[in-house]
Amino acid sequence: MNNTWLSDYVIIPSILILAILLVFPLLVGYIVYVERKVLAFIQSRLGPMRVGPYGLLQPIADAVKLLTKEDIAPRDADVFVFKIAPIILLVVGLTGLAFLPMGEGFTLFGYDISLSIVDVNVGVLFLLALMSLSTYSLVLGGWASNSKYPLLGALRSAAQMVSYEVALTFTILATLMIAGTLSMNGIIDAQREAGLWYVFVQPVGFVLFIIAMVAETNRLPFDLPEAEAELVAGYFTEYSGFRWSFFMLGEYAAMVVMSGLLVTLYLGGWMRPFPNVELLSFLDFIPGFSWFVLKVGFFIYFFIWLRGTYPRYRYDQLMGLGWKVFIPLSIANLFITGLFIIIMDSLSS
Amino acid sequence: MLKTHEMELNMGPQHPSTHGVLRLILYLDGETIVDCKPVIGYLHRGTEKLCETRNYYQNVPYTDRTDYLAAPNGNLGYCETVEKLGSYEVSERAQFVRTAVCELSRIASHLIWLGTHAMDIGAQTMLMWTIREREVILDFFEAALGDRLTTTAFRPGGLRRDLPDGWAKAVLGFCATFPDRVDEYELLLSNNRIWMDRTVGVGVISAEEAIDMALSGPLLRGSGVAYDIRKAMPYAAYDKVDFEIAVSNDCDSYGRYALRLREMRESVKIVEQCLHNLPDGPITGKVPKLLKIEAGKEVYHQIEAPRGELGYYMVADGSNKPYKCKIRAPSFVNLAAITQMVKGLLIADVVTVIGSIDIVLGDVDR
Repeated sequence: MNNTWLSDYVIIPSILILAILLVFPLLVGYIVYVERKVLAFIQSRLGPMRVGPYGLLQPIADAVKLLTKEDIAPRDADVFVFKIAPIILLVVGLTGLAFLPMGEGFTLFGYDISLSIVDVNVGVLFLLALMSLSTYSLVLGGWASNSKYPLLGALRSAAQMVSYEVALTFTILATLMIAGTLSMNGIIDAQREAGLWYVFVQPVGFVLFIIAMVAETNRLPFDLPEAEAELVAGYFTEYSGFRWSFFMLGEYAAMVVMSGLLVTLYLGGWMRPFPNVELLSFLDFIPGFSWFVLKVGFFIYFFIWLRGTYPRYRYDQLMGLGWKVFIPLSIANLFITGLFIIIMDSLSS
Repeated sequence: MLKTHEMELNMGPQHPSTHGVLRLILYLDGETIVDCKPVIGYLHRGTEKLCETRNYYQNVPYTDRTDYLAAPNGNLGYCETVEKLGSYEVSERAQFVRTAVCELSRIASHLIWLGTHAMDIGAQTMLMWTIREREVILDFFEAALGDRLTTTAFRPGGLRRDLPDGWAKAVLGFCATFPDRVDEYELLLSNNRIWMDRTVGVGVISAEEAIDMALSGPLLRGSGVAYDIRKAMPYAAYDKVDFEIAVSNDCDSYGRYALRLREMRESVKIVEQCLHNLPDGPITGKVPKLLKIEAGKEVYHQIEAPRGELGYYMVADGSNKPYKCKIRAPSFVNLAAITQMVKGLLIADVVTVIGSIDIVLGDVDR
């Protein structure tokens, strides 16, 4: 067919993109719902119970409330930047989702549909670049509010995200060296060929990644930019209505993206556990997408769990931890990994 | 060339973690605090002046509303001052009930302190857990005193009413389980790395400074001074019960945290002893229906409220109203130490220090 390019590059991606745009906000609503419920159970409460059975319609009620609120900008704010800042975060978060390989492709009506919407050969790099962009949103939002608490929140976020990104990148590099590819699907394939998840090859890297991930997404115990106890609400103090909800959507999108990246790098992406053990092949009837959702879901639960358990770090302690512990550890991890690769190569040749 | 200058940050009176309407003007160098000025008075209701316009019995409800997290202690301080001023007799039973109720209120007050203090540092779960236990105590107050928060617990001479049937038994049941709950709190916080990083060495005040600033309560004992009015100048039935003064030599927020947890455990002991040894008899001593205290008499009486020394200075003028009723509020005096404690720390530490001082703005402003 001479219109393959049309279906491959326009129609199917458009449908998938539309699906993400429509489904994801709803999904975030329900992640928030789960968060409130789980937190409530940790704290011996019930959580949302009023709207719908067990409060199941609460996210929809919240969405309606947020979307119908007045769009307020402070009088002395830099209105253009103020308005564009939350959009940057949302766009970055949603774009990041497109890079996650969510499952094996399948064929529908004769069209090959891949569940990673964008499968570029530098996927990991691209994702990291995107996540770095989200700092701009926080800084611009905090700055444009022209208010002191948001400004402090913005400064904190800039410092925090920059320093933890360094550790995160070094940690990822070690995995990439083993996989020998920058493509997300390539990394999953490499784990399939190796016959084991990289969490067993890179245990230190795995732990470092989890902690850096929590810091990178500004969640407790590292939620300093928005520490409500000291900075009221941090960089989004002056925001309300749907622009505020864009910040929230962006934050949860970042959680999903980072969990997805973690699952891809260390836990075999959408593969079932122990992909090479024939004994477990009865698990193959479960589609890869379910495994992906399960694994990502676990880490989102992990985020919530942390929030219900830990106090918050202080700003200087957080920076100290980042520069004095995580970056040296991740560099050491990188060197040891490199050393092993050289030794293995010389042994096999 | 860019110039740098101090940033002036207004924290409060509508800030989520200033525990009411406290306003702090912070002078910042980056996030480091150069200076801090507390501004108070947003909750001033003129309690002391109001006390001059009502008779001795009618003033009790005003004392609920100063330190509203520990209303029975305020009531006790006031009632005992009036009794001392007029040399009125108090019944034996009332003394024991007063002691038990005040210690329960100390536990309730410390529970709120623990919950909000932990919440300020980011541990949200703590508040829900402490409120769960405080709720039980408030139910006891409701059953015995008729109200949960503004208890108006006692009247000069004794109690307003006797304890309901089965109250003592229910409270003893609570006392049996409560130490386990404190263990639970300790499990979540005491050895938590982040909690220790946030509180150890934060808000340091030495014993000399604490004495110079007339600090009292956990703030003073947290600096290693074993001064507790319940032992030093026993009132109510405190000389008839056995308990220890909780002292900590750490001088920092962590020390005061550990100290208040120990105080809760000691309070449980006191409540148990009071209720086991509860004597029978009338709930009130022989006091006239209308109190008239002769002119020229004046008295200062202090008790150990959860936040420190709560004193009442009262002057009589021969009428049925006090001529002057000055309240020495522990929160007010303790708050003065904040400037000293936060200098050189970071913004995040300010909320730790506020929580650690444990102020109630109703008590500060009166």
